[in-house]
Amino acid sequence: MALVTAIPAPLTPVHAARVLVLRNFVVYKSAWKLFLTGFLEPVLYLFSIGIGVGQLIDSFEFHGEQVPYAAFVAPAMLATSAFNGALLDSTFNVFFKLKYEKLYDQMLATPLTTGDIARGEITWGLLRGSVYSAAFLVVMLAMGLVDSWWAVLALPAAILIAFAFSAVCMALTTWMTSWQDFDKITLAQMPLFLFSATFFPVEAFGDGVLRWIVEATPLYRGVVLCRELTTGVVTWESAVSVVYLVVMGIVGLLVVRRRLDALLLT
Amino acid sequence: MISARGLRKSFGDFEAVKGIDVEVRKGEAFGFLGPNGAGKSSTMRMIASVSPVTSGELRIFGMDPATDGPAIRGRLGVCPQEDTLDNELNVFDNLYIYGRYFGIDRATCRDRATELLEFAQITEKAKSKVEDLSGGMKRRLTIARSLINNPDLLLLDEPTTGLDPQARHVLWDQLFRLKQAGVTLVITTHYMDEAEQLCDRLVVMDKGLIAAEGSPRELIDAHSTREVAELRFGVGEHEGLAGKVEDLGERVEVLPDRLLVYSDHGEEVVTAVLDRGLQPIATLVRRSTLEDVFLRLTGRSLAD
Repeated sequence: MALVTAIPAPLTPVHAARVLVLRNFVVYKSAWKLFLTGFLEPVLYLFSIGIGVGQLIDSFEFHGEQVPYAAFVAPAMLATSAFNGALLDSTFNVFFKLKYEKLYDQMLATPLTTGDIARGEITWGLLRGSVYSAAFLVVMLAMGLVDSWWAVLALPAAILIAFAFSAVCMALTTWMTSWQDFDKITLAQMPLFLFSATFFPVEAFGDGVLRWIVEATPLYRGVVLCRELTTGVVTWESAVSVVYLVVMGIVGLLVVRRRLDALLLT
Repeated sequence: MISARGLRKSFGDFEAVKGIDVEVRKGEAFGFLGPNGAGKSSTMRMIASVSPVTSGELRIFGMDPATDGPAIRGRLGVCPQEDTLDNELNVFDNLYIYGRYFGIDRATCRDRATELLEFAQITEKAKSKVEDLSGGMKRRLTIARSLINNPDLLLLDEPTTGLDPQARHVLWDQLFRLKQAGVTLVITTHYMDEAEQLCDRLVVMDKGLIAAEGSPRELIDAHSTREVAELRFGVGEHEGLAGKVEDLGERVEVLPDRLLVYSDHGEEVVTAVLDRGLQPIATLVRRSTLEDVFLRLTGRSLAD
């Protein structure tokens, strides 16, 4: 057997994240069908509600512009597809790897650090969300639901949404102890999906506290960001959303790292 | 390779390692022996640079795990107690991807993985799922995986636990080859025969401390007699009969199923026992082993 050749140079954070992504990619190569479900869900919603229910609804105002209902729902589904993609990997899959597969323990026997694992897994969640969003954006284009050149920024926006949710959901997952805890994720996922101004404008909540709460939730920030970009009605709200999502992602990332330290380096 | 001074590890109020000094030299096979809960695995985790040292000093390759963890781990091979393989990848990819974690390039990884499949004698299983492998194959794959980076130091935590005798011998042979190739081995084990076979030097740990240190031969000479007479009586009689044979050897050990009389001349002990009219169901005279050293030092058998 060949003996010691050269001691490999330590991995840079980017290299380490790439290697983790490679690992997940190899796993999914043989299970690509699983990839489809996360993409199909928002597409089906777009067809049934955006277009089906949309037939019954006149166009209405968004930031003072007249927007057809389908064009109103589509960007929300774009944000949702990023959200879904990120959520799948950063919750169930991370939990499985952390508690059952002991995959991160294996990785920590190599030069990889908890920071590398956090960045790598979040990057993967982000990529999955991005692939869904990109595919969805193509569907939107094909159906004529894009009204502005601003829409080229909708993909980076969707990537940002995927990053923010991937990081925070992975952080929350580190506190889970059993599969039952995932009911809580579903419990949060459904109302976020239904009430983040996805199917009706936020004005429907009136001017009270409720509207304030909705406007402060992360998926609403993502939805409104995508909607402003694809309809071309861009306001300062987009800037708020970008800052909100960036901060959310970074905080999530830092928490994941600290939690992995506490759980694995004992 | 490894140098520990006053090394301690606590988990809350519980002190798993209570201050040990260990020196492991290049090229040797070093063993940690001890009953469950002796602090072996805690020590191994600290050496593997995944468990922060509570106090004391630990240097691996002259580096401090607290600050140079990734650099140290890049030169270590770790074979954990349980087979923590990546069940979502096939056998070949388990080796290949693991190599990539070390930052090894694609081509080298592929060559190494192919070589190691050969070494582990599982080449024909390259495309199989991990869950389809037998226990022995999984263990060999785990060991093969720990060699992907050509480690200078290989840590093996109970490498043969749960394997059948055939598989153990295959593994021992492989560990011997590695040792001959100059790899330093650090092994924890429950099995005394394994320690005698593999280790140049070992420490016996008990309750977080080192009870003795030396080569297997030295330990046996220092802590046991040349021979042991094993006397087996009826169920429940051993405790009561111990007093009657006490004076025949240097020491008597009472086990649940037999009495061990330590003496340099085992046959004479057995003759004397029979002369006293005692009628053991079975007798056996054998040479002292590490097991006897272990009993002496820890006061209990390994089974618990």
